[in-house]
Amino acid sequence: MEEQIAKIKEVALEEIKEATNAKELDDARVKYLGKKGELTSILRGMGSLSPEERPIIGSKVNEVRDELESLIKSRENEFSKLELERKLKEERIDITLPATKIKRGSKHPLNRIIEEVEDLFVSMGYDVVTGPELETDEYCFERLNLPKGHPARDMQDSFYITSEYLLRTQTSAVQARTMMANEEKSPIRVICPGKTYRRDDDATHSHQFSQVEGLLIDKNISLADLKGTLEVFVRKMLGENLELRFRPSYFPFTEPSYEVDVSCFKCGGKGCNLCKQTGWIEVLGSGMVHPKVLKMNGYDPEKYTGFAFGTGLDRLAMFKYGITDIRLLYQNDVRFLNQFDRLDR
Amino acid sequence: MKLSTNFLKDYVDIDVDVKTLAEDMTRVGNEYDEAGKLLNATKLVIGEVKECKQHPDSDHLHVCKVDIGTEVLNIVCGAANVREGLKVIVALDGAVLPDVTVKSTGAIEKEDRERVIKRGMIRGQESNGMLCSMLELGLEHKFADEVDKAGIHELPQDAPVGEDPIKYLGLDDAVIDFDLTANRGDLLSILGMAYEVGAIYDKKVKEIDLKHKENSENINDNFRVEVNTENCSIFLARKVKNIKIHESPAFIKNRLIASGIRPINNVVDISNYVMLETGQPLHFYDADTLQDVIEVRMAKSGEKLTTLDGKERTLSEEDIVISDGKKAIGLAGVMGGYDTEITDKTKNVLIEAAIFDGVKIRKTSKEILRSEASSRFEKGLDPNRTYMAIERACKLLEEYAEGEVVGGVCKFDKSDLSNREIEIAFKNINDVLGMEISKKDVLDVFRRLAFEVIINGKKSEFKETEKDLENIEKIIVSVPRRRGDISIKEDLIEEVGRIYGVDNIVGKLPEMPMKAGSYDKVMRGIRNKMVDLGLNETLSYILVNDKEAKYFTKDDTELVSLLDPMTEERNTLRHSILPSLLKIYEYNKARNNKDVSIFEIGKAFYKKQEEYGENNKIAALMAGDYYLGVDNKKQVDFYVIKGIVEELLDYLGYGNRYSFIVKEEVLPAEVHPGQSALISVNNDNVGLIGRVHPNLVKDEAYVFEIDLDKLLSKKVGKMKYKEISKFPSIKKDLAVVVDRDVTSEEIATLIKKAGGSSLSKIEAFDVYTGKGIEENKKSIAYSLTFEKMDRTLTDEEINASLDKIIEMLSKKLNAELRK
Repeated sequence: MEEQIAKIKEVALEEIKEATNAKELDDARVKYLGKKGELTSILRGMGSLSPEERPIIGSKVNEVRDELESLIKSRENEFSKLELERKLKEERIDITLPATKIKRGSKHPLNRIIEEVEDLFVSMGYDVVTGPELETDEYCFERLNLPKGHPARDMQDSFYITSEYLLRTQTSAVQARTMMANEEKSPIRVICPGKTYRRDDDATHSHQFSQVEGLLIDKNISLADLKGTLEVFVRKMLGENLELRFRPSYFPFTEPSYEVDVSCFKCGGKGCNLCKQTGWIEVLGSGMVHPKVLKMNGYDPEKYTGFAFGTGLDRLAMFKYGITDIRLLYQNDVRFLNQFDRLDR
Repeated sequence: MKLSTNFLKDYVDIDVDVKTLAEDMTRVGNEYDEAGKLLNATKLVIGEVKECKQHPDSDHLHVCKVDIGTEVLNIVCGAANVREGLKVIVALDGAVLPDVTVKSTGAIEKEDRERVIKRGMIRGQESNGMLCSMLELGLEHKFADEVDKAGIHELPQDAPVGEDPIKYLGLDDAVIDFDLTANRGDLLSILGMAYEVGAIYDKKVKEIDLKHKENSENINDNFRVEVNTENCSIFLARKVKNIKIHESPAFIKNRLIASGIRPINNVVDISNYVMLETGQPLHFYDADTLQDVIEVRMAKSGEKLTTLDGKERTLSEEDIVISDGKKAIGLAGVMGGYDTEITDKTKNVLIEAAIFDGVKIRKTSKEILRSEASSRFEKGLDPNRTYMAIERACKLLEEYAEGEVVGGVCKFDKSDLSNREIEIAFKNINDVLGMEISKKDVLDVFRRLAFEVIINGKKSEFKETEKDLENIEKIIVSVPRRRGDISIKEDLIEEVGRIYGVDNIVGKLPEMPMKAGSYDKVMRGIRNKMVDLGLNETLSYILVNDKEAKYFTKDDTELVSLLDPMTEERNTLRHSILPSLLKIYEYNKARNNKDVSIFEIGKAFYKKQEEYGENNKIAALMAGDYYLGVDNKKQVDFYVIKGIVEELLDYLGYGNRYSFIVKEEVLPAEVHPGQSALISVNNDNVGLIGRVHPNLVKDEAYVFEIDLDKLLSKKVGKMKYKEISKFPSIKKDLAVVVDRDVTSEEIATLIKKAGGSSLSKIEAFDVYTGKGIEENKKSIAYSLTFEKMDRTLTDEEINASLDKIIEMLSKKLNAELRK
């Protein structure tokens, strides 16, 4: 019997080793270790053995079974590994084919700029306010110290609807509205971005454009506060190391008034075609709120001072994104619009 | 204002080049457009034509021998007027001339670059330079005479050969073209400029020479002035007899040219010259055409006047006129009359120097002519200069028109000639500027500006030390009338900032209590959502043409039209954003951009019962393919844009509160009547959705527009968590066959009603017509979700619900279950 076991072992081991696929391996397993397998039959036939022989033969059979099972297991692993390899190979794709299109929309560059300006000033405690675009002469001009017949009205040729109504020429119109609406006449910190309109048919101007206006009123406000605020604004929007230059100017609603130049962000102030070789680029109009404007809108100029500033957003957008032709902003070519779809870090 | 620096140097001693002067003026607030030489040409010399022969190979060229002092040059010249003995302007080899070419007609064409003269051969003849006309040197066309327009410039016979012709002609001037601010009317004069430049460089302004003789007559003996309007504050008249009209001396002509004014004759030129010097416009009348009175009054409505340009004008009560007591003879401050103007035969001149109301002049001149004179009146004048100007004119007429000044001034004057006194505290200046300027430095600014300062009631000699000023807190600044822009202390603060400079201000942030800033989160949210949905935001013009302004609206509002549009294409304010989007769609289509999904948030306007109004709206247009998410490319149809609207409304919190109302009779004509609807929220119409009418867009384009003001006024509750059932939900599909015109919404409403509280979701997922379905019928399939919060539903319960639904549908809609 022991001989028989040794024989089975020898043949079975051979057969398992020779198996070339999972099926042959399984056949071998059934042949030797299955319910009717050769090794199993020996265990069944042990009844005819003497009690002394039984444990010896039993342990022999189990020993051989373990050995066969272990070999089968290792060969099984071998086959499944091969099978996986084959499958992976078969599933290989051409990753250079185009991706599935997942299209997002985009915000108009001018509104991107507006949101950026809003976020900056909101972080400094300013409120964003709006006003009508179809404005009255009173708010657009008169309450800003620009009475009818004032020569400075020439600076802003207007689209009138009637003698009283016009398309606002400046977001400054919202200054007067904000002051008038504040019944307690308490300090004010607002910005107002929005569309403005002038009868301007010149090649570099659009009759519709956008501005943002800032107004701050409190006690003891000085030009130094204005400069500091504009430094934050300009540096955040155009570049950290830029310098500001205040150039005296004239706006009827501020006194003193300043145009604000920023050191050229293209050439760093050395002089280039963008800054017309001057090293400076004019970006803002600003000044201390004119006492007449304060008074006309209910603030006591002896108690309060304030500053106001305004800038054209179209130019700011053009600077920031390198847009060379203002018309692109209003043509709305989708190939243009699609470019403004990424996070601007 | 074009500033001749030669002219300026009559009144202030400066020695800076023109670019530096222009930049320094900019620093104190006076911007310029251009600064440079009046004539920008180099390597020029005066020559004499010694010999002039016809070119052998040309019928219009000449070969000349030109003596330039150091040598005799061979030069080929094409001008018809070149001849032996002529003194000419020679541009030598290497000369750089301005960027113009002069045509044979005398017309000037601007070139891209400057012109460099080079030695060379012209049709086989050597040419070592060019003989020039003044136009080629850069003189403006309007200043050139006929000789220069037709050929080369002819210098006088005594012109010194070998010398610089520009210098010889007195045209070696440099000019700054300033772009002045509206408040600085004082700078529209050489004297005003002199004070400004004097303040910058700390130089005193020289006095103007007003000395002249006068005869023993007195103008007041037989002449008077009457002013019968509030709009004239001062009116002076003087008479100069026996003047002789001829050409002006070169310096007057050259300065007028440098200032952009065309010389006419000595008398006219003097009136312009004095205006340039003093800023005060003058008017000269031929005294022999006048009566014995001049009256200033408002015109009568419909009154007629022939102005000196020969045009008959009809006046209104808003125009100020000069009258001879009977009829109007001039439009005050704007244009003189035809009958009384100076002619070649004029012998006796009446000089008018007056100040008229700027607002009235502005109004009249806007209709008739904006001139050097009217722009000065508009910005306000100093009556002291009125006196100065009339005397200066007398002086120059005496000297350069050989006139005899009649004694006496005919005068009306209720103007204020005195200085304006303004009190200011040193502290106030530093508080506003945020600087630490010393008291002495403040005084110094006023000294440089030639303002007077009164300290403790005494006029300052500007010799105080800082210690003398220690206890002085306030001063009075006495501002001359010429600075009409200064009337309050803030104006003085600006002057200190201007002249002292504000470059040293250290910026800081305002010290204010901290608070949260705010912005319109909803508008921003809407924009973000639309971008998330794959649409591109546009920005379009609100001005459209009157035909399309009311497109996509159907209401009783009226057009909002511009009084004075720039073009017919943009003469009206839009009532809807959609006409703008339609234009953008067409623009893109023309450029082969076929997939257009765009939106815009903006204003739309209206007029209703004489009241004007504006609304915030959102509009979108979609055409071509719409891409979103994985493998989801779809040709845009009604359901795509409906999905966008629903997603937007859900996002804004209006889920379950909106519906799409099909009502053909209320739809505007611009949408497809069978594929459009009104958008209703809380049973209130807030917008429009649908396909653009094929009459307007041939291809399929879909739009929606919502009135955001109306929509957002409908309140929405806070976002709150709703509990999720712990028990599994069960899905059942149900397909029914109904008549074709039954809407999905009708079916869903009935399903909901019959399904009871456990039916949590109804979704239509398939619509089928065709084989197996009767004609005029359709099959719609729904996926129904049932769930309960407290337990799992049994099959019996669900089947009972389904039976109820089927029963309801067959009863109300005659529906059959699809097998």
